[in-house]
Amino acid sequence: MKSASIDPGRMALHRRRKHINVLALTLALSAMAFGLFWLTWILVETVRLGFGGLALSVFTESTPAPQAEVGGLANAIVGSLIMVSLATLLGTPIGVMAGVFLAEYGKGTALGNVTGFINDILLSAPSIVIGLFIYAVVVATTKTFSGYAGVLALALIVIPVVVRTTENMLSLIPNALREAAYALGTPKWKVISSVTLKAARAGVVTGVLLALARVAGETAPLLFTALSNQFFTTSLDSPMASLPVTIFKFAMSPYENWQKLAWAGVFLITLGVLALNITARVLFRNKN
Amino acid sequence: MAATLPASPFDHKNDMERATPRGDPPGRRRTLPWGDAVFSFLAHGAAWLTLGLLVAIIGSLLIGAMPAIKHFGLGFLVSTDWDPVQEKFGGLVMIYGTLMTSIVALLIAVPVSFGIAIFLTELSPSWLKRPLGVAIELLAAVPSIVYGMWGLLVFSPILSTYVQQPLQAAFGDVPILGTLFSGPPVGIGILSAGIILAIMVIPFIASVMRDVFETTPPMLKESAYGLGSTTWEVVYKVVLPYTKTGVVGAIMLGLGRALGETMAVTFVIGNFNQLDNLSLFQAANSITSALANEFAEAGEGLHQASLIYLGLVLFFITFVVLSFSKLLLMRLKRGEGSRT
Amino acid sequence: MILFRTAALASALALVAGASLAQDVTGAGASFPAPVYAAWAAAYNKATGARVNYQSIGSSGGIKQIKSKVVDFGASDAPMSDEDLAKDGLVQFPTVIGGVVPVVNIQGIQPGQIKLTGQVLGDIYLGKVTRWTDPAIASLNPGVPLPDAAIAQVRRADGSGTTFGFTTYLSKVNAEWKEKVGAGAAVNWPVGAGGKGNEGVSAFVQRLPNSIGYVEYSYAKQNKMSFVMLRNQAGSYVSPDDESFKAAAAGADWARTFAQDLTDKPGKASWPITSTTFILMYKSQDKPAQAASALKFFDWAYTNGDKMTTDLEYVPLPDSVKGLVRKLWADSIKDGAGKAIAYK
Repeated sequence: MKSASIDPGRMALHRRRKHINVLALTLALSAMAFGLFWLTWILVETVRLGFGGLALSVFTESTPAPQAEVGGLANAIVGSLIMVSLATLLGTPIGVMAGVFLAEYGKGTALGNVTGFINDILLSAPSIVIGLFIYAVVVATTKTFSGYAGVLALALIVIPVVVRTTENMLSLIPNALREAAYALGTPKWKVISSVTLKAARAGVVTGVLLALARVAGETAPLLFTALSNQFFTTSLDSPMASLPVTIFKFAMSPYENWQKLAWAGVFLITLGVLALNITARVLFRNKN
Repeated sequence: MAATLPASPFDHKNDMERATPRGDPPGRRRTLPWGDAVFSFLAHGAAWLTLGLLVAIIGSLLIGAMPAIKHFGLGFLVSTDWDPVQEKFGGLVMIYGTLMTSIVALLIAVPVSFGIAIFLTELSPSWLKRPLGVAIELLAAVPSIVYGMWGLLVFSPILSTYVQQPLQAAFGDVPILGTLFSGPPVGIGILSAGIILAIMVIPFIASVMRDVFETTPPMLKESAYGLGSTTWEVVYKVVLPYTKTGVVGAIMLGLGRALGETMAVTFVIGNFNQLDNLSLFQAANSITSALANEFAEAGEGLHQASLIYLGLVLFFITFVVLSFSKLLLMRLKRGEGSRT
Repeated sequence: MILFRTAALASALALVAGASLAQDVTGAGASFPAPVYAAWAAAYNKATGARVNYQSIGSSGGIKQIKSKVVDFGASDAPMSDEDLAKDGLVQFPTVIGGVVPVVNIQGIQPGQIKLTGQVLGDIYLGKVTRWTDPAIASLNPGVPLPDAAIAQVRRADGSGTTFGFTTYLSKVNAEWKEKVGAGAAVNWPVGAGGKGNEGVSAFVQRLPNSIGYVEYSYAKQNKMSFVMLRNQAGSYVSPDDESFKAAAAGADWARTFAQDLTDKPGKASWPITSTTFILMYKSQDKPAQAASALKFFDWAYTNGDKMTTDLEYVPLPDSVKGLVRKLWADSIKDGAGKAIAYK
């Protein structure tokens, strides 16, 4: 068989494509390195400043007076745990169901388009505006700052994030999957819950985790809703301390004991969200 | 017709009778027959709730901002006054600051996130994917106030010495670039706030992009590879078009974060309520930063109403940006065949 | 699963924690006295077990919250006028005294080495005096090695009582300032980088060479910043410290009204930018038990809190003023039936 000689033009094209490929992949690698660089820098600072302030007392003592000898973050930690978990518990089902609506029921309908659009607007609402809204609706009417108001404000931040990611992920599941399930006689609700949502599980969990990470560090919405509390409390109808607000207060003060606690608090939030991230990933991983 | 079928063991006489069903069919076992109705109700209800919430928020903002709207009208949007003592307010400085910092943030964050997502889906060895993915998401776990404090205390001196001063020395006299780099190179201002916003927004955009890239059917990619495409070509010409709605959604998520971020911006933007020049190094102010700084002490009258008016303006900006992105998506969709 | 686990955690926490005490008092407002109130509340809790939760959300926030009756007492750095008080049915009384201090960052300059007058200080913040070697500054500081450099002004970005005190003083001593900018918790600054909170101003001052800023005294002392000596109304140059704050407070006529402006007061030793901070409560109390708890707290603080106050670099009220305040409580704060609230 005669060997075909390759047209030099084709070789040039091939080389060009190869070069572009290498360039693109190198850029991708550098982007990754770039992201990791910032992460390492910030984390190193956080650990350096926060780790030194960690002690058992941080978990057992409530927030101290300035310049006090003993003190901790117990009330803030517990307050944050309560408010963040309740807010996520409240916001996730609403967010997932709204995302389900947008992807499965409302595609192309007026309600669907408007809701999707409006959800994206809510996404960029500055958190302080959400806090003020809850203040007007809840705090001014109940005449007290409360943990409930804080939970509601945080939930309002969780919902749009979860809606957007759920809708995104569900829309990307190929229809073939749904059609196969329908063909087997599965009712619509079971198709959505057992087939589509399950397939999109990883992405939905990402959305919930992103939302949770965001509210775990939010200060502004809590300032006018849950306020904060110098003392330990678990009752949601009184002002409640939270880590971000406490960190904000302490970091901006001139007192060394407060500043050390602030950085310890930062370290704790970061660690907590990381641990949650890993746990959720392990629990919800797609078993391939 | 000589070859007949062997004698059928069945008697054909009663065929019709046998074909007609006798008695009732077995009851269809359906799990939760009312499941569909309930589920649909829940889904619709959640959608209405989200809708209702936004309408309520905008309503309460309108009520709060009414004194300022009545007093300043639309002139508020182009005025650069901000005088609490004499009660003259105008939002142009904050609007400019919000837009510029978000643009700078996205200019940096979108390409970087794209690169990270490509790396995570195409380049990285599979044992590294999970840890690296978690590492990037960890950037989202850092509370926003830490970005602010780190930005002010650690990052801005370094930015000032190693980036701003050299840039000013190099490009100071070049016509357009010179104006961009002309302000005081002290590490605070639009550039600082933009970079820090970019870092905050990268985990959002990158993780969603990664998740979205991973849903591309392997079949599509393998077909492209089979035809001899390079990795980059597969990404650019197969994965990206397939996932474009998701990618635009991811960018919207990031933009939302950038527009609405308060704490990190307020530490490094300089809180300067004047618009003297268009330099990237100039201290400025953003809507969220103004709200956070001044709301607690704002007097009940026009000052507070003007701040709330600014909040409304931010919603409006988001509305405009989102409309653009929908238009963009429609344009892109027109160029493709129908999806199966 | 998550629901179950969270519910279990929440109830476990509820069991472990104690129930919050019935008469928890909540107050909110000015950030200037927040450290003192926190110290008092912690000690009070240790001594009596009662909990008084004070949070700083800004003076304006304090006024707003007490007007909406969301808190038991509000706190404000700027006093309300007597007419406004009467209109809303509130009373106000002072708690501690402190001062605002200009600070500089100039290489080779020691704390207290630079002297300024109010006029010059105002001109610096108006942008009229732009270099350290300007004759206006040099004439006040003969022999001091001032650098030939531009002044980097730093001021507050957020509204605050510190700014209120500073701008009230500048309005009194610099006519152009009064006309162009005025006094307030937030003003339209002609020049200057805005730092967030005292921390932000301090960070900028420490990082920008040849800068000047203003912070609360406790802040300047804690961070060992380089303060400036100011010329007071009597013409002498004073340093900021408890003695000069006390001297400024001594000249005020507290018996006439508590709404005293302590800036630029007469007296050879008076610090010109002294200020006090106020508590706001309703005259007629809907919740007398909460009012009693609050008054008990302040009474205890007046009696036992002086050492904590001075430890934190604030100045306690003169005893005579404390007496006047207690009289105000007895005369003006009553429950629904018109009886004075019993806090002893």
